[in-house]
Amino acid sequence: MPTRIAPLAITAFTATSALGRGRAAHAHALRNDLGGLKANDFTQTPLTCAIGRVQGLEDEPLPAQFADYDCRNNRLAWSGLAADDFLDTARSCIERYGAERVALVVGTSTSSIGATEEAYRTLEEGRLPARLRHPPLHTPHSLGLFLETVLGTQGPCLTVATACSSSAKIFAKAERMIRLGIVDAAIVAGVDTLCDSVLFGFNALELVSAEPCRPFDPARTGISIGEAAGFALLEREGAAQAPQLIGYGESSDAYHMSTPHPEGLGARLALADALARAGLAPGDVDYINLHGTATIKNDEVEAALVADVFAPTTRASSTKGFSGHTLGAAGILEATLTLLAIEQGIVPATLNSRAIDAVCGPQLALAREEKPIRIALSNSFGFGGSNCTLAFAGGKA
Amino acid sequence: MDRLMVHIEGIGFWVPGIADWPAAKHALNGEIALTGDVGAKPSPAILPPTERRRAPESVLIAAEAAGQACAMAARDPATLACVFTSTHGDLALTDAMCATLASDPRELSPTRFHNSVHNAPSGYWTVATHCHASATAISAWHGSFAAGLLEAAIEVHAERNPVLLVAYDIAARGPLVEVAPSTLPFALAFVLSAESSASSHASLRIRHDARAANATGVPATFATLLGNPMAAQALPLLLAIAQGRTTEVIMESGKDTALLVEVAP
Repeated sequence: MPTRIAPLAITAFTATSALGRGRAAHAHALRNDLGGLKANDFTQTPLTCAIGRVQGLEDEPLPAQFADYDCRNNRLAWSGLAADDFLDTARSCIERYGAERVALVVGTSTSSIGATEEAYRTLEEGRLPARLRHPPLHTPHSLGLFLETVLGTQGPCLTVATACSSSAKIFAKAERMIRLGIVDAAIVAGVDTLCDSVLFGFNALELVSAEPCRPFDPARTGISIGEAAGFALLEREGAAQAPQLIGYGESSDAYHMSTPHPEGLGARLALADALARAGLAPGDVDYINLHGTATIKNDEVEAALVADVFAPTTRASSTKGFSGHTLGAAGILEATLTLLAIEQGIVPATLNSRAIDAVCGPQLALAREEKPIRIALSNSFGFGGSNCTLAFAGGKA
Repeated sequence: MDRLMVHIEGIGFWVPGIADWPAAKHALNGEIALTGDVGAKPSPAILPPTERRRAPESVLIAAEAAGQACAMAARDPATLACVFTSTHGDLALTDAMCATLASDPRELSPTRFHNSVHNAPSGYWTVATHCHASATAISAWHGSFAAGLLEAAIEVHAERNPVLLVAYDIAARGPLVEVAPSTLPFALAFVLSAESSASSHASLRIRHDARAANATGVPATFATLLGNPMAAQALPLLLAIAQGRTTEVIMESGKDTALLVEVAP
């Protein structure tokens, strides 16, 4: 078991998704049960499904000095940086500590592959078309290169790409760097955008629902895919009201590339490690933002784990019905929604779901609830059996 | 910032024609002449036979090097947290997937899709070795090796456990050759530990530094290997280890940053 860690202050955070741009839009959506899923109008080849699309990115090219990075994913990153003045806050943090004392840890699953897909659709005599023939557009680290250029950090910079746990694991990487004194602060970012790879890939796996996803509903039929950008700034100290990262757990299922362990072994290990690092018992947890993708298997395994470990006083829900599954950005988008749940004192609804599967325990909240939340967890599980659970605490009111 | 000290307990190495670290060490002490067919693939004993036949190339070379490193270190892979790093991921899968998506997206195979994730090699590895520890797949452009080495050293010290580092790239295919050049497959693995032992292969003192990387060069005799981006990033360190030198190796890590590594036998 890992030992307890010192909490880190989350001195700034923001998200952009189908729910809107910035914290206020996301808090409004959670308070009013307003989802962002719409019928798929993204793919050129028709595919019947719901998607969580950020409107307007097509008309928002990057500024000229970043033209070599221009693609949907980096546009979403740029838009997400502007929300809640995150870019200004990050730059003043970099100025305060020195650029070499601030790490940049980004998480993404597909990064800029949408640009590679587009280039393959528009080959010029077997070559990528000239306007897309930029090496930084065709690398898993495209997002990291772009953000490093924009922010000017000179601390360690890396992309974590572990599918749907990517931008949860970035919190763990950042905490260790700060704890060991390699940096004084870390900017963590997760960005993933809609692209054919994931829409047709998950469809090929028969995991995409034709209707907006219904997590933990006995009649659930699979995921809805969304896109999102999320950012957070982690420091040793912050204002008394700043929420805190208090723990995390990372594990591997060691079972299958795209099917969760039937007894949720990896998820259980990640949860146990997160609680140990936070110095918590299950009874201390007020709310869990579940991975809750609305696939038959994920929800079955995750619900059984929650029912087994937690008391009925712990409330749990999935916000995938609001935003869709934002894949490599899901970790940080849902960390942000978890922090907003703490701040607003609400347990978000498990939107779109009409009933609760019998496999769920009494923790599962179908409808929104008003409730003070001090300690909350967020689960993220991905292909390759990659699991991460994050633990957060609210700041002083 | 203090340097992070780690010791190399085991080394795995695979390129076509040089099948392990003892052979690589010999080659790195002389002139390297790659005689293998660049299309050759290893058959890592650690994977189940079915996976050995059908797993993607990136999985095969990463598992081969990783298995060698664990065996040399006499560590049970199930107990080791792991960090997998790659500049480009599996370029053959990316090429095939993007070609299918451009012609008929509905023809994309489910297996090809789940194999296309950047953490496929770490996923297959943890399944094959029954490893429930943390597995991380990272990428950092031309700083991918430096970022992997730093992340692995951080996990060694922060979690007080040895860590498996695996670094690989395969050869580019199709139109990607122009934007993600890589001419041959290469895989390297280290088992890193905070404690030295009689069997340690080298010690590394690592520090991140905000200076434009004037990266340590590689003699022209190793030009063939430099066709692989991960090999190009890792070769200065491998040369120092193979030659038993005490030296400082400077690697590119980010846009204006470097990783400084003091190497000692």
